[in-house]
Amino acid sequence: MRMNRRSFLQLTALAGGGLALDLYRSPLAAAQGPGTPPDLTPQAFIHIAADGQVTIMARASESGQGMRNMLPMLIAEELDVDWKDVRVQQAELDEKKYGRQFSGGSANTPMGWEPMRRVGAAGRQLLIAAAAQTWGVPVAECTTQSGRVLHATSGRSASYGELGAKAAALPAPALSSVKLKDPKDYRIIGHSQTGVDTHAIVTGKPLFGIDVTLPGMLYASIEKAPVFAGKVKTANIDQIKTLPGVRHVLVIDGGITPAAFTPWEPGMEPGIAIVADTWWQAQQARKQLKVDWDLGPAATQSTEGFKKRAEELLKAPPGTTVRKYGDVDAALKSSAKVVEATYQYPFIAHVTLEPQGATAHWKDGKLEMWSTSTLPAEGRGLVAKTLGIQESDITTHMVRAGGSFGRRLQNDYLVEAAWIAKHIDAPVKLLWSREDDVAHDPFRPGGTVGLKGGLDAQGKITAWRHHFVTFGDEKHSTSGGGIGADTYPSGFPPAYALYTSAQPLMLRTGAMRAPGDNAYCWVAQSFLDELADAAGRDPLEFQLDLLSNTRSPWSASQLDAVGDHEPSGQSVLIPERFKGVLELVAEKSGWAHRSKERGRGMGIAAWFCHLGYFAEVADVSVDKDNKVTVNHVWAAGDVGSQIINPAAAESMGFGGIMEGMGHLAQEITLVDGKIQQSNFHNHPLMRMRQTPKIEVYWRKTDYAPTGLGEPTLPPILPAVGNAIFAATGKRIRTLPLQRSGFSWA
Amino acid sequence: MPLKLTVNNVVTTVDVPPDTPLLWVLRDVLNFKGTKYGCGMGVCGACTVLLGGQAVRSCMTHVSAAAGEPITTIEGLSPDGLHPVQVAWEAVDVPQCGYCQAGQIMSAAALLQHTPHPTDAEIDTAMSGNLCRCGTYPRIRQAIHEAAAAGAPARAK
Repeated sequence: MRMNRRSFLQLTALAGGGLALDLYRSPLAAAQGPGTPPDLTPQAFIHIAADGQVTIMARASESGQGMRNMLPMLIAEELDVDWKDVRVQQAELDEKKYGRQFSGGSANTPMGWEPMRRVGAAGRQLLIAAAAQTWGVPVAECTTQSGRVLHATSGRSASYGELGAKAAALPAPALSSVKLKDPKDYRIIGHSQTGVDTHAIVTGKPLFGIDVTLPGMLYASIEKAPVFAGKVKTANIDQIKTLPGVRHVLVIDGGITPAAFTPWEPGMEPGIAIVADTWWQAQQARKQLKVDWDLGPAATQSTEGFKKRAEELLKAPPGTTVRKYGDVDAALKSSAKVVEATYQYPFIAHVTLEPQGATAHWKDGKLEMWSTSTLPAEGRGLVAKTLGIQESDITTHMVRAGGSFGRRLQNDYLVEAAWIAKHIDAPVKLLWSREDDVAHDPFRPGGTVGLKGGLDAQGKITAWRHHFVTFGDEKHSTSGGGIGADTYPSGFPPAYALYTSAQPLMLRTGAMRAPGDNAYCWVAQSFLDELADAAGRDPLEFQLDLLSNTRSPWSASQLDAVGDHEPSGQSVLIPERFKGVLELVAEKSGWAHRSKERGRGMGIAAWFCHLGYFAEVADVSVDKDNKVTVNHVWAAGDVGSQIINPAAAESMGFGGIMEGMGHLAQEITLVDGKIQQSNFHNHPLMRMRQTPKIEVYWRKTDYAPTGLGEPTLPPILPAVGNAIFAATGKRIRTLPLQRSGFSWA
Repeated sequence: MPLKLTVNNVVTTVDVPPDTPLLWVLRDVLNFKGTKYGCGMGVCGACTVLLGGQAVRSCMTHVSAAAGEPITTIEGLSPDGLHPVQVAWEAVDVPQCGYCQAGQIMSAAALLQHTPHPTDAEIDTAMSGNLCRCGTYPRIRQAIHEAAAAGAPARAK
């Protein structure tokens, strides 16, 4: 089993070699991508028209995290223009020009923070140089203000519009050489800027992948087997071809061989693509399909079978030791008290509100794609490989996505659209139905965890034994199902062991917002709450005490695995920051003075992931029928020295909390290999009436700013679970809530 | 048989099977892309439009049932994008991904027509049929209150 740092590394390792390690050690290098690419230039990102219009290219894909604001805001700040004068334009896929263009792992902030500001500052330097040349004055005598270069001595000034053409022709300075602003002078960074697409969104403009329209475009829908990777034996294809509007019916043989471990991008799933004049006609034709499927080996899989095997594996000696120090078994034996528990959590689906799809056009041996992928370069690579064409023959337009949450890191739907386009002589838009989207998601994998924790007579933790049963084979854990040696509370208990075992899985899985962490936090922070209760101690005080322990030192290879050797490195948990968010959320929620009554309780939890720290407190009511209402949530985050776009950052906090609450009641189950859920009625999202009052607070620290997509999410799951315990005395050890006898009000 | 539809005050004729969902006629025949597909079974609200001033799920409404009543989509909610709900949505910066927001805005506009100053409980009732996968509900609630304070027009058609 791989032993790399959580699923973020897992995904980026797959995505681009050692990117993640570079990202943590040298954001500038990482931003420029693998190999030795040219320096990023201001000319690539900044275009200034003669009339003064400033266009800034947004390099990352946008699926709702505000990347089209955040990255251009960094450039605009250092360029020294007014944000109202900036027009943001989505860049097309061109990593030689723009550096890495992916959105994942909450990485765009740490990866963009320094390079994007330097791009802006380099642009400003070019404009100053152009003015100085024009006026024959020293560069050092020129300053800038709101899109103008000023020369105080002579009283001359020129707008960026007047200087733009000359500046663009000058050689770009090395990014490392430019001077950056003092943060106290920021006029854009740290000030809320409305989403650049917000007006278009509220007026219904065609912005999203599903909205792409080309002349003569046809629509495609794909019928797939009810079991993963099931193949078409026979089908009534000739009859389907006669149905209204149907133009093409294509059998996809697919390239997946079901095995104990399914790779991250396994190739195309088999199925039957129906191409029609309208999508609705394609859907209607699908209903008339009669397919004899070869369901293959995945039809033997079931949730019951997974559960049974996991229970057997928990009792057996573990397959792999991820980390171990101290003599855990001896420490448990000599503990005054031992708490033992098994936690189980299910597979869940991403269900982005815009279902998967893409538009593609194959013409004269070239492919043009309109993609919502958050890993577009990898998508292009996969398309080229699958279709047997050159990447240089593919143009990729990056279109706004209606949500990703990790889903659009995978490019299956893009490959399908391209494959169909290559087989027909017309542009084509593929759209999955919601039912397709639920059944063929790369799911967040489920897991089972056996825990033993020891307490001494004073109620301090003596030992922590963690046996995680995941999915995979001897060599790999399934995507999103690996666990890192540094997973909290690793290092803090005096004796510790983290073991894994794995069972086979013939299903695609993948990263779901805060991959791994969205489940591991729930397990660890729930069990810590159990230990605090067993010790008769306040859960906050208990955890602060644990965080004060001297940590077991890392070996060099472990530091390699987490991508950090620096004492000040941000990829290793810094106890002071973890404690800091806990203390802040306790203060804001009135934790110390919380009332304790039957049917109402507060729970606290915290986590560190994707370089960010969040602590959350939930105030929960539980009625006599075990219906749960979350009344109020307080969140405290530490993502470094600067919140770049405060209103958007707060919104990310709301979003992580609402999504995490959603996870608590979702599950994907299998019977005879068939997914039992199909749409939002049985894989629910939270609704308005279930939305608590939410407050988000920031603890600013002297660390470089990091991302917010993911770390906001994990703590809410155990915070709610621990609050349910406080209200009822019943511990949630099995998710979804319904499997523990609770449900949302 | 051709059907006569009035969409955003414009009368138009479409020739599609009468049981085609209004959603797909709006999107793929008439090219109003603002109305979104989310579930196809009336449980997510992304396809919400106004039919005779009432919020309906266009994915579950046969186009034949929409003939004869005025249809308002997000594109026709206001001539200039300045309906108080749109203004409030922009001022509060509600969207994250933005995909559900046309449906949210149509439901909110329908709510304010009948209930110009809704309570939180009334917002809960009116808006709980609209899913937001990103979790922008706190901002949606805030924007509805702001639109109410600014005064939504009595009836949008």
